[in-house]
Amino acid sequence: MSAHSDAAAVNADRAAPARAASYLHDGYTLWSWLSSRDHKRIAILYAVSITAFFFIGATAAALMRLELFTPGADVVDADTYNRLFTAHGVIMVWMFLIPSIPSVFGNFALPLMIGARDLAFPRLNLLSWYLYAGGGLFTIAALLLGGVDTGWTFYTPYSSVFSNTHVILTLAGVLIVGFSSIATGVNFIVTVHTLRAPGMGWFKLPLFVWAIYATSVILVLATPVLAITLLLLAAERVFHVGLFNPALGGDPLLFQHLFWFYSHPAVYIMILPAMGVASEIIPCFARKRVFGYRFMAFAIIGIAVISFLVWGHHMFVSGQSAYASMVFSLLSFMVAVPSAIKVFNWTATLYKGSISFTAPMLYALGFVVLFLQGGLTGLFLASLSVDVHVTDTYFVVAHFHYIMVGGAVMAYLGAAHYWWPKITGRLYPESWARLAALIIFAGFNLTFFPQYLLGYEGMPRRYHTYPPDFQVLNVLSSAGAAILAVGYLLPLGYLLWSCLHGRPAPDNPWGASGLEWKTATPPPQHNFDRLPDGSDPPYDYPPLQE
Amino acid sequence: MDAATPDSAQDIGRQAARTRLGMWAFLGSEVMFFGPVFFAYLYGRFMWPQAFEAASRGTDLLCGAVNTAVLLTSSLGVAVAHLLADRGAYGRARRALDAVVLLGLAFLAIKGYEYVQDWREQLVPGPHFHLQGAVNQAGAQLFYFVYFFATALHALHLTAGIALMLHCRRALRRRPGRPTLRRLEAAGLYWHFVDIVWIFLFPALYLAGRAL
Repeated sequence: MSAHSDAAAVNADRAAPARAASYLHDGYTLWSWLSSRDHKRIAILYAVSITAFFFIGATAAALMRLELFTPGADVVDADTYNRLFTAHGVIMVWMFLIPSIPSVFGNFALPLMIGARDLAFPRLNLLSWYLYAGGGLFTIAALLLGGVDTGWTFYTPYSSVFSNTHVILTLAGVLIVGFSSIATGVNFIVTVHTLRAPGMGWFKLPLFVWAIYATSVILVLATPVLAITLLLLAAERVFHVGLFNPALGGDPLLFQHLFWFYSHPAVYIMILPAMGVASEIIPCFARKRVFGYRFMAFAIIGIAVISFLVWGHHMFVSGQSAYASMVFSLLSFMVAVPSAIKVFNWTATLYKGSISFTAPMLYALGFVVLFLQGGLTGLFLASLSVDVHVTDTYFVVAHFHYIMVGGAVMAYLGAAHYWWPKITGRLYPESWARLAALIIFAGFNLTFFPQYLLGYEGMPRRYHTYPPDFQVLNVLSSAGAAILAVGYLLPLGYLLWSCLHGRPAPDNPWGASGLEWKTATPPPQHNFDRLPDGSDPPYDYPPLQE
Repeated sequence: MDAATPDSAQDIGRQAARTRLGMWAFLGSEVMFFGPVFFAYLYGRFMWPQAFEAASRGTDLLCGAVNTAVLLTSSLGVAVAHLLADRGAYGRARRALDAVVLLGLAFLAIKGYEYVQDWREQLVPGPHFHLQGAVNQAGAQLFYFVYFFATALHALHLTAGIALMLHCRRALRRRPGRPTLRRLEAAGLYWHFVDIVWIFLFPALYLAGRAL
């Protein structure tokens, strides 16, 4: 923390009196926000809306953990429980995780990091948010009218023939949010290609930009497949003719193929930006250049490419051909290679660094540890024989929560703390933030580690009751969820508090490299008074002293 | 976005590159949008080959062929309009766009006529579906499900294309210049894409099973 206060002092000395007004002072009415084409304001619109969805989705999860506290059915019945886990899945996947880091921090930081005045298509960017909000309203409407009970995967023929809940409304919501994703993806791709600062070549881009770029390619190429699949499903449900119903000559496996063709890459839409965040925070607080920059960049691209070729590992027990399963298993193992390269390189970046355990760093380190566990259990699931044993058990639930919550949400919070001073112009209370990071790490592990054991012992997912033998581990998991809830509410409290009462932040409170720290805090409306030079190497921290 | 020099030639060039790249990225998305439809067609063709061929013979080949010609001609019109606008002949470019819009509407009208005929011949999937002479009614119905879904999706895209062309036509009249030309080029790319989708749909839906 001494480095941090030194940098603050330096910046305070340099502060010039005549500065362009910050983006926060460009109008104070609600409409000035709702009609803004400024990427920084749109990022905040996203932040507010996805935070609301996060807490709605979390409430559903809390109710599930409450129900699972005891073996019997005490709080909700089976029907309600089905609706709860569907609401939790749909909201957390499409309304929170997919847009989380790209739409909030990608939107805010990416143009600043490449030295651009805005995204390539500012109006399209605003439209993306309206599409997101519109899709969100459909989903909320479905929830208020009684919910959906298909699970977030909408498997046919249950979703197309048998379920009598609000499937169509939810499909419409997801479809519209999908168009928001595509628009955001196109915008980021064009921005990275055409708006980099003079001198900033591809291998001078911060790894966060690489990650958002790769994510955008996935968003643009995978989301339309989901969109059309959901339309086919809707057509089958409404007109009772279609492709996925065996009674009509169709095949439910076809739906699964198409659904996972999107939904597996979607996991990488969640995790790649998280990796990008870790690659910003770790070098900054280890005061070292990132280890193996080019390997890191190519690993991102490698993960994005392979992510399109592994969807079949969701269908090992669905009746897919054994040969297809073998190929998908092999490819799933292959995606671990670039992922492992990244974990090794983060670790090597820490080696002999002067590490300061600030809140963003705690989140980033938590991300690496939890992602590693999630990734390793992913290898269990990629093995054909083990997968047969643990398919549809809590082992799978624990695995993907380690990736999505332990990985993506930790990184989201890390990014929130790392860029908070730049976004709001205020410093958050550091001790509270560290405490929250530790509580979340502890609560998360207590919630989800017992679920690995439950799943390995054979407890199936998506049931509201279970045999009494499983109670101890379930109680541990529910207790962990309570701790996790405290951990998530804390940042909401102190971050909002800091908006009003936090100490004013200097331009570069962390002494970080990167162009976003070279402009004022908070940035002026057009980001830079003068367009910066991008020819410095990325992560320009002092080289390792032996 | 470079507020300092909004009119420099370099900036105009960069904006054109931006719009073009944006449209190409969007078209990449569009290709994947139609992907599952063709995948579904392939699935059906492998599962029920005879039924798909028999059903395909039930489509109106004349209408399909005329529509193919109409759409290809319209694409030529877009290319001509862009060329004319690029040379500053905005009035003639607008007239070329008129022809494009009319051809697009003609395509939709012919397609609509086909739909009405299909309805009369009980080829709309549902409880009343019946393809005369087909042994496997379920397979044939699956074909017509793909047929209606694919052509309706295509018609929807064409409608969006017509709206884009009308927008460009108005822009050519009100503020002819580089930014409008840029938009026309992007709209043209989109139009050609919609055309190409039809080039794939036509043989898949109309020509399968007609070889013998």
